[in-house]
Formats: sequence, C-alpha cells, structure tokens
Amino acid sequence: MKLQQHIKFTIAAILVSIVTSSVFANEIGDRAIDSILLHLNLEEVNITANRFREMTPVQRLSGKELEKLNSYSVADALRHFTGVQLKDYGGVGGIKTIDIRSMGANHVGVFYDGIQLGNAQNGQIDLSMYSLDNIDELAVFNGQKGEIFQPAKDFGSAGMLYIRSRRPKFKEGKNYHLKASLKAGSFATINPSFLLESKINDSISVSVSAEYLNSSGEYDFRYRRVTPDGAVAYDTTATRQNGDISSLRVEGGVYGTINDGYWRVKLYTYNSERGIPGAIVNNVWRRGERLWDNNTFVQGTFSKDVNRYYRTMANAKYAYYNTHYVNNDSKLIAVDNRYKQKEVYLSTSHAFTPFRFWDIALAYDYQFNSLDSDMANFAFPKRHTNMLALATSFQIWRMKIQGSCLGTFIKDKTITGDNEGKKKAFSPSLLFSLKPLRNGDLTLRAFIKRSFTMPTFNDLYYTDLGNAALKPEYATQYDGGVTYLRTWEKKFVRAFRIQADGYYNRVTDKIVAYPKGQQFRWTMLNLGEVEIKGCDVATEVTVSPANRLFFTVKGQYTYQYAVDITDVNDSYYGDQIPYVPRHSCSAIVQGEYAGWCLNYTFIYAGERYSQQQNIAANHMQPWYTHDISLTKEFKLKRGSALKGTFEVNNFLNQAYDVILNYPMPGINYRFTLSFEI
Amino acid sequence: MKRKYIIPLLSIITTLLLASCRGDEVIILSESEGIKEAKDVNANPYGFYLLNEGNMGSNKASLDFMDFTTGVYSRNIYAERNPDVVKELGDVGNDAQIHDNKLWMTINASHKVEIVDAITAKRIKEIEVPNCRYIVFDGNYAYISSYVTTIIGDINAQEGAVFKIDTNTYKIVGEVKVGRQPEEMVIKNGFLYVANSGGYNSEMYDNTVSVIRLSTFTQIEKREVAINLHRMRLDKNGKIWVLSRGNYYTMPPQLYRLETNNSGSITKVEATGLLCSNFEICDDKIYMYNAPYQGNSLSANITYSVADVHSAEIIEPNFIKDGTESLIKIPYAIKVNPTTKEVFICDAKNYVSSGSVTCYSPQGIKRWSVFTGDIPSSITFIYK
Repeated sequence: MKLQQHIKFTIAAILVSIVTSSVFANEIGDRAIDSILLHLNLEEVNITANRFREMTPVQRLSGKELEKLNSYSVADALRHFTGVQLKDYGGVGGIKTIDIRSMGANHVGVFYDGIQLGNAQNGQIDLSMYSLDNIDELAVFNGQKGEIFQPAKDFGSAGMLYIRSRRPKFKEGKNYHLKASLKAGSFATINPSFLLESKINDSISVSVSAEYLNSSGEYDFRYRRVTPDGAVAYDTTATRQNGDISSLRVEGGVYGTINDGYWRVKLYTYNSERGIPGAIVNNVWRRGERLWDNNTFVQGTFSKDVNRYYRTMANAKYAYYNTHYVNNDSKLIAVDNRYKQKEVYLSTSHAFTPFRFWDIALAYDYQFNSLDSDMANFAFPKRHTNMLALATSFQIWRMKIQGSCLGTFIKDKTITGDNEGKKKAFSPSLLFSLKPLRNGDLTLRAFIKRSFTMPTFNDLYYTDLGNAALKPEYATQYDGGVTYLRTWEKKFVRAFRIQADGYYNRVTDKIVAYPKGQQFRWTMLNLGEVEIKGCDVATEVTVSPANRLFFTVKGQYTYQYAVDITDVNDSYYGDQIPYVPRHSCSAIVQGEYAGWCLNYTFIYAGERYSQQQNIAANHMQPWYTHDISLTKEFKLKRGSALKGTFEVNNFLNQAYDVILNYPMPGINYRFTLSFEI
Repeated sequence: MKRKYIIPLLSIITTLLLASCRGDEVIILSESEGIKEAKDVNANPYGFYLLNEGNMGSNKASLDFMDFTTGVYSRNIYAERNPDVVKELGDVGNDAQIHDNKLWMTINASHKVEIVDAITAKRIKEIEVPNCRYIVFDGNYAYISSYVTTIIGDINAQEGAVFKIDTNTYKIVGEVKVGRQPEEMVIKNGFLYVANSGGYNSEMYDNTVSVIRLSTFTQIEKREVAINLHRMRLDKNGKIWVLSRGNYYTMPPQLYRLETNNSGSITKVEATGLLCSNFEICDDKIYMYNAPYQGNSLSANITYSVADVHSAEIIEPNFIKDGTESLIKIPYAIKVNPTTKEVFICDAKNYVSSGSVTCYSPQGIKRWSVFTGDIPSSITFIYK
C-alpha cells in the first residue's frame, strides 16, 4: 500500500514536471537552476533538475559560466563540449564550423532562439559570426531534444546546437536593465557592446542590444621544424595578414506573456567586412580575398496551452543573407561575386495529452529558399521544403519512451528548368530514458535515429560542378548512455555530475567532391561511407573548501574512431577521416571567492590527419592550449555593478594549426570592463 | 577531510598539463621502396624525377625520384635534401624539366620557379614568377609561361605572359604578353609557340597560339586554332601538335597539327580528329589517353591508344594489353622513355590521396607500379 502510494506520487511528480517543462521548458528550467544555485551561493553553475527533459545526451553552458570562459565567439565555447569537433581557420575573423560526432558539419542543426539558422548555399553555419556577448545558453543535443512539442525541423538533424540569446530579466523592483561593456585586446581588437531591457508592463518587455567588433586580425605565428637529429631545420615567425574584421550586430526583441502562453518577436541583423587570411604556403604570406556579409532575419514565436489536453505553437521567420566575395590578388584570377539568399519559414506545432502518461504531437513546417548570384551560368535555384513530423511519448513508472518520424519533401526549381528535382527523405527516431533510483539522481538512456542532410544548392547546381541527381546523405546513430547527478548542502562537495555515452554512427551516401575523369573537372557524388565508434564523457564537481569559497572543475573526454569505409581498394580505406582526432579532451577549473573569480581552461586535440590517407605526410601533431582569466566584480550604489576581467589565452604560446596551413594565434590578451544597472 | 580531495584534484590538473605533449615537429622524411622489375644497372636515362602537384592550399607539392640503376623509388625527397627551406617545396607543383644538370620546377600556387641540382636535389635558386605553369629551354634561356602578366594593361583582359630567365644568372631578363592563361610551349627555329587556354573564363575560352620571335622577344602572331589549348609537342617532321581541351560539355578534346614557315608564321591548322585528354610523342608515335565527358558519372571507358605521327591515324586502339588499365582511376600524365620506349602513366586517384605511376612495356604489359605523392603531374628523365 505504502509502495503503491509512493509510485503514484512519483509518477504524478514526474508528469507534472514533464508537462510543465515541455511548455515552459526554459522558463521553469531557469528558475529550477536558480533555486539550486541560490542554495549553493554560486550563480548559475550548470546543474540540471530532476526532469525527463533530457532523454538524449545534452550539454549546456550558460549564464555566468559562459561569460567567464575565455571565448570570443560561440565556436570557442563549443570546444568545451564533448563529441564536438571544431574547424577553426584561425583568428577573430576566421571561419569556424562545428561537426558533432564526426558526422560532418551539414548534419548539425544550429538554432538561434528556437528557429534554425539556414544556409541553403552550402549548408554550413559560420559560428564566428555569432558572438557570445548576448548569449544566455549554448546547448548541444545528440540526436534531438527529448521533447515532442516543437517544430518539425527540430526533429531533423543528427545533432543540434541551440543558441539562446538573453531574454529580459529584471531585478526585484526594477523595470529596466542596462549593460554596457567594452572589450579590448590583442590583434588590435576593440569590441564595445550595449544592452537595454525594459519592462513595458507586467506582460510585455523589450530588449535592444548592439555590438561592434573591429580587429586587425594580425598576430605572429611561427613555423618551426627540426631534422631527425634534432637540429633546427627552419624556424620562422611571420605576421598573419588580411585577417581583419569589422562587424556590427544589432538585435531587438519584444517578449510577451499571455494566459498560459507567451509570444516573442525578434529582429537580428549582422553586417561584416573581413579579409580571408588564407593558407600559408611556401612563398605566400598574404592573400587578397575579402568577404562582406549581411545576415538579417526577423522571427516570431507564439505558444499557448489551450487547455490541459491541447497545446499549440507557431513560428515564423524571414531571413536574408547577402554575401559579396572578392579576390583581388594580382597573381590570381580576379573574382567578384555576389550571392543573395532568401528564406521564408512557417511552422505550426500541436501537442495533445489524451491521458496524463501519453503525449502526441504533430508539427508541420514549410520553408522557401532561393539563391541568386551574378556568377556566370548560374542556375538561380529555388527550393520549397515541406516537413511533417509526428511524435509520441509515454511515461510509465520512471521510464519514458518517445518515438518520432519526420518526413521531408523538397522540390527544386532552377532557371534553366533542366535540373529541377523532387526529393524526399524520412527521419525516424526512438528514444528511451529510465531513472532507476527513487531520488532521480541516475538516468539511463538510449536512442536510435536515422537522419539526413539534403544536398545543398552548391552540391546540386554549382556551375560546372553540381550534380542534380544527388540523393540525401544519411546518418544513422545508435547511442546508449548514463547521467548521474547529485547535489549536497553544507558539505565539502556541493554538486557532482557525470555523463557518459557510447555510440555507433554510420554516414552513408556521403556527398563528396570527386574528379570526373578529365583534368580539373570535379563533380559531387553520393560516394562516401563513414563508420564512427565513439565515446563521450563529461564530468563536473563543485566543492566548497571554505565559507564563500567555491571551486568547480569540469572535464570532458571524447574518443572518435571515425574511419572511411567507402571502398576497400582505396588507399585510405579504414583510415581515420580528416581532422577528427581520435582523442580529445578539455577541462575548466573555476574558483570563486568574494567577488573574485579565477578561470582556467585547457583544451587538447590529439593527433589528426589533414587528408584521407593516414600517412606521415598528412599527419598533424596534437595541439593544446591553456587559457586563464581573472574577474572581479564590484557592487556599486543603487544595485549597479562594475566588473573587470583580464584574460590570457594560449599562455604557453603554442604554435599550432587546427586546419593545415592556417596558423592559430599564440599568446594573446583581452581586457573586459562592463557596467550593469 | 578537505585536503583529501584537493590533492587528487591538483594531481589531475597537473597530469592534464603534462599529458600527451607534442614533440618537435620533424621535417617530412623521404620513403624508399625497391622495385626489382625497374632495376637496370646500365639504364640511360638512369632515372626520372616525378613532381607531384598536391592539392591547392595544402602546400604538398612533392618531388619523387626513381633510380633505375638500383631500382629504388624515393618519395618526397625535397624536404630532406633542403631542410632549411621554409614550408618546403610549396603549393601545386606544375612542371619539372632538366636543363644543364639542373632540375627546374614551376610551383604554381607558390608563384615561384625552384631550381635544384639534378644530382643532389639541393636548392640552387628560387625565382619569383607569378602563377607559373610550364618551362622550355633554348640556349642560355628558360621560358616560363604564366597565367598573369606584370606588364600594366587592361586589368580585365586577364592576359598571361611568358617570362624569359637567364640560366646563368637566374635573373628575369624579359617578359612578353601572350594570350589568356598560356600553358605549354615549344621552340622551333628561333620561335616560341605558346598554347593559350583562357581557362579562367569558361564563357569565353582563348583559342589562339601565340608566336614569339625569340631574338626580339616579341609576339609576332596570334593564330586561332581551337578553344582551351593546353599540351604542345614538336614532332620529328617539324610539325607542332597542340591539344584543345574542349569545353567539357559539347566539344570533346582534340589534337590539332600546325605547320609553320621559316618566318615563324603558322601556315596550316589541321584538326586531326584524334580525341584525347593528354598525349606524348616519341619517334613516330603519339601515345595518348582519352577520358570522354560523361555528365556527372565517373568515366568508365578511359582508352589508351597510339597514333602514327605522319598519318595522324590510330594504329593501336588499345595500347594496354593486360587489362590493368582498369586499375587507373584518373590518368593525369603520360611519358615515354625515349630509350626503352616504356610508357609511364600517372594516376591522380581522387586528387587528395597518394597517386601512382605505372610502367608499361612497349608491348603494353604492366611492368611495375608504385605509389607517388598527391597528384603526380610531371615526369622528367635524367641522363648520364
């Protein structure tokens, strides 16, 4: 009898948490986190509450923790996530893309405030364009979120990155919040930013933020080689050229709440001019490529719980991306091309809860993309995408099962009409999660998902190179993992978390560039096949050795056995794929005492190969960097605060390339001063 | 109690700091492989250099050497012989030629001509020539074709040039504008013939051969031949063979034969009807391969054939007799040993992994094959 009652209570508690979390996942989540942290007297350490929200492996960095990391952009912060490979071409303005669990950058869905960022041209999102200045949380999910009440697109990719910008938050009794900060440092970088949040009334608030970045991108780099007997073969230091950037980001948002719901509208615009520093090769130390970007989008969300059985959500977005590329190197072909992309996105999601233990969701998304260019023989492709997702989840005892299937239907049109094609693909998933312990500290989980990435406009229609007959590229994932999380009060150890996953992925019909037969002619083919066996481990412990003194240590380790299994006759059959280290890890140590905060981070990427074949000529040494920062916050009158941070990055001054011939900066400094009221 | 935790914590951090350090980066060392089928102690030419392009931006141009007298093939010898050259041989090795016991190489995307001792492969000189492509020699001068010119002119014309270099002083002593993106050249009777491709502009290929009088180093004629010209050879009859690469869609690549008069002018342009992607002339024979355009599929039926240099007729439609041509994915260069008449075919595979070079007997039977660097592009024989 007693047991039964307990089970009933547990189920009820879980259900309540699920229902609330899936609607106001973030809102409630923040509050839950805040309350735990208040307890710890530590602000916003990353601890997740006892909820079923995370059925798939998830990692988050948020709030103050994110602020303290020595990071310039979203991409830098993602180096602390397990299972994530970052491609970094170096410097403030260098292109940075991520790849989750070696499946390729096109399998990563990047969402900004809940709506996916698109790039129909090449499918890749350059994360160097997204600064950390106004970001509240970064979350990386493998597979998909463990929610079903979401747009169809959220079921689509093999891995997701959710970037959540700051939403207005006000201190007790205040109806505005203002923050101004100035960052300055190496590479002649100057980076002022500004944020104003205002509460119009109890249900509506607005926010405006702006950020300007200017940097010469100049830094010294060093190439040093020795002969086998240890004598210096060459040792040269030069300055990185043409890596300058100048950018302006302006964001505005209106946030409203209604009875059992909320709405938001957001405008984002980013303008930049940058040099593309290019590869450093023999006799070439400077290049002449320039790039101008304008990314602008407006998006809105509306969500409401109509009654206890039915919830609905609508999302819409219009985006405009303008790229201008110029190569004015007198030794090379002169190039001057412009590309314009437009995107229209509409989404409607519905969730039904016929019984407390059973949810059903249906989502439909429509998207239109177009790409224009002044290139010769350009195809002017247009794409209509329809996505329909059906999902359901059951909670029984301490167990939750979720199944979903997304159907994607695309139709392309080109100006010549001879390339247009219809394609469809299905993306099913099955998620399972179990909390075997009564206190909920332990979570076991498993998921299977097959997802795909549609060939991009470049793959299909690039002049002289595209292949309209391409099929989607598939990724199949099998994952099993465990999370253990525990918090204590008034003990030396305040919080402990460990999360580990083992997985097997297979990428099939991989789209690769392949020579056609004639010299200099390439085409895109569904040729590659990659097998990935991996393991991600992340752990975190917070200790309090003395009153008001806290230390948090986070560590992560990633193992990737990612090999090409396309054709047994290839010289690279069974070899590790390019730029994926077999071992990588990182660590963060944060100490906090009376307004002082010391942060140390370590990042390690093991040996890699720059090309498919794992031979000495393609071998790249491991690299690792040590960064340190010190922050002091001063509380001023009337609730205002002044904060200063000094950081030293790569303080052991290691000379390394993440991408072959793209040297990274050595030791560099940054100073941040911010004022908040 | 509390200290108990701090010590393991600190030790973990220390371990992380010290763990898996990287060593000094050692220069890339050569690798050698014995091929007993290639061994001939009395061979002359006694070996060849093979220049590998390496994918653009990778800085992986590399130099291999085959020694017939020992039967040893050595890959990637440049960095070992020249450890002090910053960033090694460079980016995109395009052409290699031996002249006066020196090996000249155009390193296209490194914008330089590299000159090394033909015996030791040690650097003698490096000469800056922007976007350089091919090399020919005449007397004490080397002539280098380049996709760009440093002579001020119409910036939109995208004209190329031929640079004249003194082989004793290694100084650039002249530059003459030719057509757009000039490729291979031949020298005949004091005149330089240059194949202009216009390959940068697929809307409007160049279709001319430039004729340069060497005594004055001026262009005296620009004769229309066919679009997108590339390879050029002189046969024993004094006729110039030039390959039009076609447009990769409707126009297939085809060989043209040119006749010239004593004043250098091109007097006859003959479309031979021989379709090929690349060719080489040795004595009376033209050795060629053809990879026809096949839309977006991989070309399956690459053919290797031999034509007669007088009649311009195919005399051997399938030169390779043992079926081993199916092992060659992307033929990228063809060369014939003038002494043994062995045929060497370079395979670029997928352009981003090791290529190979295969030696065929004059009867078309595979003798041996060996892995090369990335994109083997140019073979040059070395004589005693």
